[in-house]
Amino acid sequence: MPADGGIGASTKRREDIRFLTGNGNYTDDINLRGQAYVHFLRSDMAHGTLNSVDTSEAADMPGVVRIFTGADFADVGGLPCGWQVTDRHGEVMQEPAHPVLAIGKVRHVGDPIAAIVAETADQARDAAEAIEVDIDELPAVIDMKAALQEGSPKVHDDLTSNLCYDWGFVEDNKDAVDEAIKTAAHVTTLELVNNRLIPNAMEPRVAVGDYNRSTDDSTLYTTSQNPHVIRLLMGAFVLGIPEHKLRVVAPDVGGGFGSKIFHYAEEALCTFAAKALNRPVKWTCSRSEAFMSDAHGRDHVTKIELALDADNNFTAIRTDTHANMGAYLSTFAPSVPTWLHGTLMAGNYKTPLIYVNVKAVFTNTVAVDAYRGAGRPEATFQLERVIDKAAIELGVDPIALRRQNFVTEFPYATPVAVEYDTGDYVATMDKLEALADLSGFEARLAESKSRGMLRGLGINCYIEACGIAPSNLVGQLGARAGLYESATVRVNATGGITVMTGSHSHGQGHETSFAQVVSDMIGIDASMIEIEHGDTDKAPMGMGTYGSRSIAVGGSAMVRATEKIIAKARKIAAHLMEASEADIELKDGAFSVAGTDKSVAWGDVTLAAYVPHNYPLEEIEPGLEETAFYDPANFTYPAGAYACEVEVDPDTGKVSIESFAAVDDFGNVINPMIVDGQVHGGLAQGIGQALLEGCGYDENGQLLTGSYMDYAMPRADDVPFYQVDHSCQTPCTHNPLGVKGCGEAGAIGSPPAVVNAVVDALRRNGSDITHIDMPLTPSRVWTAMQG
Amino acid sequence: MYAFDIERPSTIADAVKLLSDSTESQPLGGGQTLIPTLKQRLAMPDRLVSLGGVAEMQGICEDDAGRMCIGGGTTHADVAAGAGAYGALASLAANIGDPAVRNRGTIGGSLANNDPSACYPAGALASGASIITNAREIAADDFFEGLFTTALNEGEIITEVKFPVPEKAAYMKFEQPASRFALVGVFVAKHVDGVRVAVTGASEDGVFRWADAEAALNGEFSAASLDGLSLPGDGMISDLHGTGDYRAHLVAVMTRRAVDAAA
Amino acid sequence: MAQVTMTVNGTSVSADAEGRTLLVEYLREGLGLTGTHVGCDTSQCGACVVHVNGKAVKSCTMFAAEAEGAEVSTIEGQAAADGTLNTIQQAFQDHHGLQCGFCTAGMVMSAAALLQDNPKPTEAEIRDYLEGNICRCTGYHNIVKAIMAASGQDVSAIAAE
Repeated sequence: MPADGGIGASTKRREDIRFLTGNGNYTDDINLRGQAYVHFLRSDMAHGTLNSVDTSEAADMPGVVRIFTGADFADVGGLPCGWQVTDRHGEVMQEPAHPVLAIGKVRHVGDPIAAIVAETADQARDAAEAIEVDIDELPAVIDMKAALQEGSPKVHDDLTSNLCYDWGFVEDNKDAVDEAIKTAAHVTTLELVNNRLIPNAMEPRVAVGDYNRSTDDSTLYTTSQNPHVIRLLMGAFVLGIPEHKLRVVAPDVGGGFGSKIFHYAEEALCTFAAKALNRPVKWTCSRSEAFMSDAHGRDHVTKIELALDADNNFTAIRTDTHANMGAYLSTFAPSVPTWLHGTLMAGNYKTPLIYVNVKAVFTNTVAVDAYRGAGRPEATFQLERVIDKAAIELGVDPIALRRQNFVTEFPYATPVAVEYDTGDYVATMDKLEALADLSGFEARLAESKSRGMLRGLGINCYIEACGIAPSNLVGQLGARAGLYESATVRVNATGGITVMTGSHSHGQGHETSFAQVVSDMIGIDASMIEIEHGDTDKAPMGMGTYGSRSIAVGGSAMVRATEKIIAKARKIAAHLMEASEADIELKDGAFSVAGTDKSVAWGDVTLAAYVPHNYPLEEIEPGLEETAFYDPANFTYPAGAYACEVEVDPDTGKVSIESFAAVDDFGNVINPMIVDGQVHGGLAQGIGQALLEGCGYDENGQLLTGSYMDYAMPRADDVPFYQVDHSCQTPCTHNPLGVKGCGEAGAIGSPPAVVNAVVDALRRNGSDITHIDMPLTPSRVWTAMQG
Repeated sequence: MYAFDIERPSTIADAVKLLSDSTESQPLGGGQTLIPTLKQRLAMPDRLVSLGGVAEMQGICEDDAGRMCIGGGTTHADVAAGAGAYGALASLAANIGDPAVRNRGTIGGSLANNDPSACYPAGALASGASIITNAREIAADDFFEGLFTTALNEGEIITEVKFPVPEKAAYMKFEQPASRFALVGVFVAKHVDGVRVAVTGASEDGVFRWADAEAALNGEFSAASLDGLSLPGDGMISDLHGTGDYRAHLVAVMTRRAVDAAA
Repeated sequence: MAQVTMTVNGTSVSADAEGRTLLVEYLREGLGLTGTHVGCDTSQCGACVVHVNGKAVKSCTMFAAEAEGAEVSTIEGQAAADGTLNTIQQAFQDHHGLQCGFCTAGMVMSAAALLQDNPKPTEAEIRDYLEGNICRCTGYHNIVKAIMAASGQDVSAIAAE
């Protein structure tokens, strides 16, 4: 292994130096000469007919450059949706138009009506107040079930109803599932809400549009997880700019968690305005604005039924879910409650029959799309909650019930269309029981009791599908994009390497971990390897970072490109040493001839590639640069088992997390330090969902949680030190690194553990409660305790 | 924010003069509430008069009557560090907001704002404090007039707050999970002439004294004296952080805990 | 618009500021010191924490004019002139106390203020002190651990890097 760490080393992150010294380059740090500033005038009504937008007075305000309204975008496209779901009747989903700026109607609080460009941000905001907007308020539809009732106001007048789609999965299983539930020895039913969340990456979104009239090139600097996708969607579908005339740069990005995957109106506006005005145009989102313009997450209402036979074997699962789409279809919204949710409903268990029904619904709320985990947390939560409830009803140990039903043989084809390649759920549960010291629980319970506190233990398992995804499969599932990844490995003459990846790092530490992989493969120090990402002019066409796919898909592309580099370098080395290519070995950054002491250093070979004086020019080209596109054969299936212990204050209902143990099987691990960090962050988000976070709307569609004053973010004193372990490793069988991905696990696996623990604590105190909806605020827990 | 000028007077007299010069002038204490309000464009002053440079409004001392006198411009951090002679008040100050907020926010600013979930109004009311302004002295019982409303006149500033130091006192705050303001906060103070119990965060009318609890504690100052006492949920704030019934319940719980802590 | 003069990271600086110019705007836009970030508008996230006259403050909730004549220190002034990280910065790197880096400046500045007042804080004291600094990436585990390590405490028993 190289001195500074190859695969498996907890190499310290190189990107930290710039972040720790204030030298990062986030989008809001970019200021271009002559830039103007945009302020968006947004609807303060949830639903209304937009009769007119009179900008005449505002246009004469000091510093105003131009005011754009919906009419300015009449000749360009709307914001596209990247996924089309076909429903259980064979019909494609209802897909409403999504204008850049509102036309005809406003559909949620925060819907942008006009964009004011001025010399300063304050002037733009001043002018916004002088715009006269004439809106006739309409009744808002907020509740999903009400939205589907006959006679409900329609969010989109040109659609037949507020139903986006009615999806059944697997539809052919439906009758058999119904029959199995009817004839089961026991059926446990649970109705629950998976609460709406607001992603809240700490960096608010920013967009800076730039235009070069002399070349007709447009550039967008933006806070994105996938700049190539933005270039494709915005260029091809919104603004009609061909990709070779459009550059999208996502520099340092301050967290994403899904919310920065999507193509947003503000990006299109800044790019469009920069060209229209022939000057740079910048928009910086305030946090308050983010609450009503970033895509939200989750927001499912579900009824799940679990059928068991007389021996407590799971025989069938049936679910009925309403999934909120919000007012418009955000970029990947339709995929979240369907393919990212239905396909995971088997969990870690060998349930032979499963049927999932999802009704996606339009409401007068901010659009809902993927947020860390996206669909998989919703699947995990309902399954792991209903299993705990079944254990209560049957009077059996919840761990034993799970163990009894674990999938134990791999590969395993689920009844919901995916095939788990590897896993060892028994091993992760064994590890968890030790890590969380479950045998010591009774003593801790007694100690809590001595202080008048109610203690509870919650455990659960999870599985997720990551490494998104095989393009041919997702194409069949409705994706309007491929989901491969790319990498170019450019070896310089003196041996240093620049890797350009289509993955994007916004906290994940790719600059360090990706370099570890190449360093390991070639046997040179990671300091010789630079990872470039986030600029469409540098990296080949890429699909970006989400769905825990960077190392599994992007890393695999980089491995493939590096393999090509090594293959070519081996040919050059063979030539230099006048040996047969078959005899060339690469070790510790040097090529040698097997069985001899002949050797050439990495740098000698790379120099020969660029100074090809002694070079097999008739056989191979000079230069040393390779690109690979990698399209995985399957998803990857990280899985694990989590345990949470809580204390509930019986006087106030306040829940505190006393311990949290997470055992994950991520397959092989490149940088354990980074992987642990990813799990920690996911756990805090899951604990946040379980205890603190919940987006609220009133019946009129006004956002009740419009700032950190009301939206409770997890703080340092809300969480404990976590115990994490990923020593159970069943490597993925179908990617070259054997990796599975770790970014979302913590957020997927932790909410049910917390809720299971609180329910356990209350039941141990004599309550007969079986469920409380998240977030488990003190008020909700106390109210539930009152019976 | 709308545009405005900032003035930084160094005396109370100059500050008052600047505030009376223009009807659109507004005093700026630590700004920890006012600045976020200005960002939302919910206020439109043409001039802010910063009180941060007024030395005579800073600091903590004791008057001849043994009262703790805290300058209106004294930060929460300085009260937390310097009000050792009145531990319950120092502790209250030490748990307002977060450390950076405590380094800027001031006692005068907090009292003048009278946020229904702020801590200081409970401390001042339970202590029977006197609020000293540039023009007069106002008893805490007469000062708080409902949500964000006080007896202060336009342009009147709090220059000092005088706290009688009780025999025993404690403040118990149950935090709203997002803002970390008081979902319910109860300050219990046992004075020579009786017990005062002040409640913040709970009522739709802002900080109030819980007379029944005071009467019970005047009998015997122990949590047991509160057995059976409760407040109705009607009139309590009900929002996504807690129902009115829950807040009413919390008032009783926090009062008991405050008595236990003070005893 | 008026000239506002202060000392930032040991250097006397002057830049134009309106009455409404926030200290963070003065730093970022006036001086180009973009290491201090803005993550909210209600004075809660703490990405903007700097020190004014030795005390941690939220630079988004203080006007530049109020810092006239003050000594201000920011994240840009924490490392040595040759770029060597200070103890806190180094501990953050050693213990993976940051991911996206956006909250990091505020975390480091808050940690510095804490250790100034309390050179050996307990875990609970650190968590309490960080009430005004929100991080969405790390789950706080490694931030708390890094601050303990920076204060010279043995953190080897704390689970996982």
